[in-house]
Amino acid sequence: MTTVDRGLDHAHDGAHDHGHHDVPYLTPKGGPIATVWDWMTTVDHKKIGVMYLFAVLFMFFIGGVLALALRIELLEPTRVVDGELQGAAFAMLAGGEAAGVASVGSVYNRIMTLHGAVMVFMFIVPGIPASLGNFFLPLQLGAKDVAFPKLNLTSWYVYLFGSLFGVSSMLMTGVDTGWTFYTPYSTTTDGQAQIVLMILAVFILGFSSIFTGLNFIVTTHKLRAPGLGWFDLPLFIWAIYATSIIQVLATPVIGVTFLLLLFERLFQIGIFDPGLGGDPVLFQHFFWFYSHPVVYVMILPAMGIISEVLAVFSRKKLFGYRAIAFSSLAIAGVSFLVWGHHMFTSQGELAAMIFSFLTFLVAIPTAVKVFNWIATLYKGSISFQTPMMYALAFLFLFSIGGLTGLPLGALSTDLHLHDSYFVVAHFHYVMFGGTVIAFLSGIHYWWPKMFGRMYDERWSHVGFWLVFVGFNLTFFTQFFLGTQGMPRRYVSYIDEFTLLHQISTYGSWILGLGFIVHLFVLLHSLVAGPKAPQNPWGALTMEWETDPIPVEHNFRHEPVATHGPYDFEDVVPPGCTEEQFPLPPKEEVRTAH
Amino acid sequence: MATIDSGPGQLPAEDKRPRWERYVHGHHWRNADDEFDAAKIGIWLFLATEILLFSGLFCAYAVFRMLYPEAIAAGSGYLDWRFGAINTVVLLLSSWTIAMAIRCVQLDQQKWATIHLTITWLCAAAFLAIKFAFEYAPKWAEGKRPGNLFSYPYAAETHEPIWWSIYYMATGVHATHVLIGMGLIAYLIVRQRRGYYGPKHYTMMEGVGLYWHIVDLVWIFLFPLLYLVH
Repeated sequence: MTTVDRGLDHAHDGAHDHGHHDVPYLTPKGGPIATVWDWMTTVDHKKIGVMYLFAVLFMFFIGGVLALALRIELLEPTRVVDGELQGAAFAMLAGGEAAGVASVGSVYNRIMTLHGAVMVFMFIVPGIPASLGNFFLPLQLGAKDVAFPKLNLTSWYVYLFGSLFGVSSMLMTGVDTGWTFYTPYSTTTDGQAQIVLMILAVFILGFSSIFTGLNFIVTTHKLRAPGLGWFDLPLFIWAIYATSIIQVLATPVIGVTFLLLLFERLFQIGIFDPGLGGDPVLFQHFFWFYSHPVVYVMILPAMGIISEVLAVFSRKKLFGYRAIAFSSLAIAGVSFLVWGHHMFTSQGELAAMIFSFLTFLVAIPTAVKVFNWIATLYKGSISFQTPMMYALAFLFLFSIGGLTGLPLGALSTDLHLHDSYFVVAHFHYVMFGGTVIAFLSGIHYWWPKMFGRMYDERWSHVGFWLVFVGFNLTFFTQFFLGTQGMPRRYVSYIDEFTLLHQISTYGSWILGLGFIVHLFVLLHSLVAGPKAPQNPWGALTMEWETDPIPVEHNFRHEPVATHGPYDFEDVVPPGCTEEQFPLPPKEEVRTAH
Repeated sequence: MATIDSGPGQLPAEDKRPRWERYVHGHHWRNADDEFDAAKIGIWLFLATEILLFSGLFCAYAVFRMLYPEAIAAGSGYLDWRFGAINTVVLLLSSWTIAMAIRCVQLDQQKWATIHLTITWLCAAAFLAIKFAFEYAPKWAEGKRPGNLFSYPYAAETHEPIWWSIYYMATGVHATHVLIGMGLIAYLIVRQRRGYYGPKHYTMMEGVGLYWHIVDLVWIFLFPLLYLVH
């Protein structure tokens, strides 16, 4: 993909003064107030992506602190935290009781609910698509912006608005319904205002999700650079595209569900209330019809990042490009048919068997991806920078997460394992070991392009190992706890589980330490990191063709695709020399005589 | 000749052409056709979300009709099919007039476009007026209310409150869409009067038109399901 100055396309460039568009997008516009105003009103997808990035990471921080608080409470079989303890993490536990919440058990339930709700609705669903996707989808397409830039800004403000509702619910002592809001508990438990706020938060956040997804679909269809056919797209785009389809088609269902839930809560309309002849299982169907597909909204973009990083850092053409691309779409399609596996015990036997069967189908496209990634590594020239370390960790952890999904999808074993710590561990291996690990990979991979600076490789490796070891200590133990019968969501447990719970809690501290190291490495990079070259990793996708920090309109001239995104064996990467990234020796073509 | 890269506001003041003729596409598009196509894909995707939104309500309807067929039939008996039928005709007419308004704008018949848009808006208002004055208000006053609010003393079936929940939620969400549509059509009338839409540029009209058709279409399904079942 070389940039060709095509006179035709930019015929207007000469006539119109484009001077101010050629500066890096991060360049401040005048004084501090003018700059803040510029960021608040920007329709530039890059700035919106960066704002989203910091917002979702902030939400991740809140959700993480809540998780650490949970783990501390679980250090001992009986109560650990009491009202006199001080410190940020315990403020809610202690403060909740002071604010009149009945018992420490119900404070624990609130913290657990908030951890789930914040992490799911405010961090991991918008997470990768709205931040890295927003920033890099147009760049990888060679476009100047997303199709509907104003809608993009709207999405950002809707997200802020929705999160504001969620956070104010938390500040009013929060809700204890679990992040699934099952009826009739969620319509009868204490805290009218908090629950209404939280329901509205989820409802509003849904719009932001739809806007982003819709924007990305149209952008992919209509704004590809000349020469960039569907099968020349980077696989990150395919993944985001499949994600967007799910966002657009599934989110309206949670919208109407939570609308009904809101009216149920406010006026007892009875649709989900068995007392009035309503059907609480209908709520579960509605809820999971959205919330199952949405776990693929969480994981698909992560898989997109992994496809990019594995190919770039093994300097090899991605194995099975089309298989990976189509498996993304297949996952998106099948994801709509498996919601029933969250409710095996609350439906008929035949339905449960069908849902169990369909659930196993999802494993096929997922495994197709994993095998293709591993085949990509084979005979590659692998280098172990931080993004690659995280990509390899993804392969390892996601495989564990995926394989432990099989006993949960099988009816007989699920009856033993459901609602146990085994589910918690499986979910965290997929969501944390999968999505968050890939998010970290993506952040480090694209950091130089977003902020124009390199980070310290050695310290980020330290962070990586802390995260990796801490994560496994925290969650691998929970597989054992689950199989031995530790139920999820409980504040206390029998003495036999103490050791495993303690290992898990100590692991969570190591994990937290890893994030603190990463935070400092990245902050240090922003302040004092060496200037990044245009293309530090020698990648071939279009975002690396523009300046080290992209200019306002992304490219100085419209780029033209002249090679595939993974032709590492044939093309010297843009902005690099052949000494940096030597091409493999060409095999001589023998002609038959 | 203005540059392709500037917005309408930056054009020289002496340019007296109507606004639609002076329209220039967004800076990130190659040409106005691409921009128009993209907007249409966007609208169609949005319509898909609308269908899924309503599908939840239709699904709830189906479940409760299966669980309590007598209550649904009894509930439907309380509705006057004539109001439903009038409203169906009103909405169908408005769908036709908005389509005509778009056609008129494409042919630059601005006066007729205004007339058609105005009729569309009036139809929407008539729909809501009939809905509120002749249906919601009297029924609510009689105690035919959803769920726990239900206080109608002569109910024939135990589960009639559920019927009213479905009825108010489904028609209420639909009426909200009509209300939003009225706002959008009013916006169109103002903009169209100012000359924003014409043969070369009518994206917003097209989008609102499509939205209005789906609002109509949802009612086409709600009418028989709610008013005509036995």
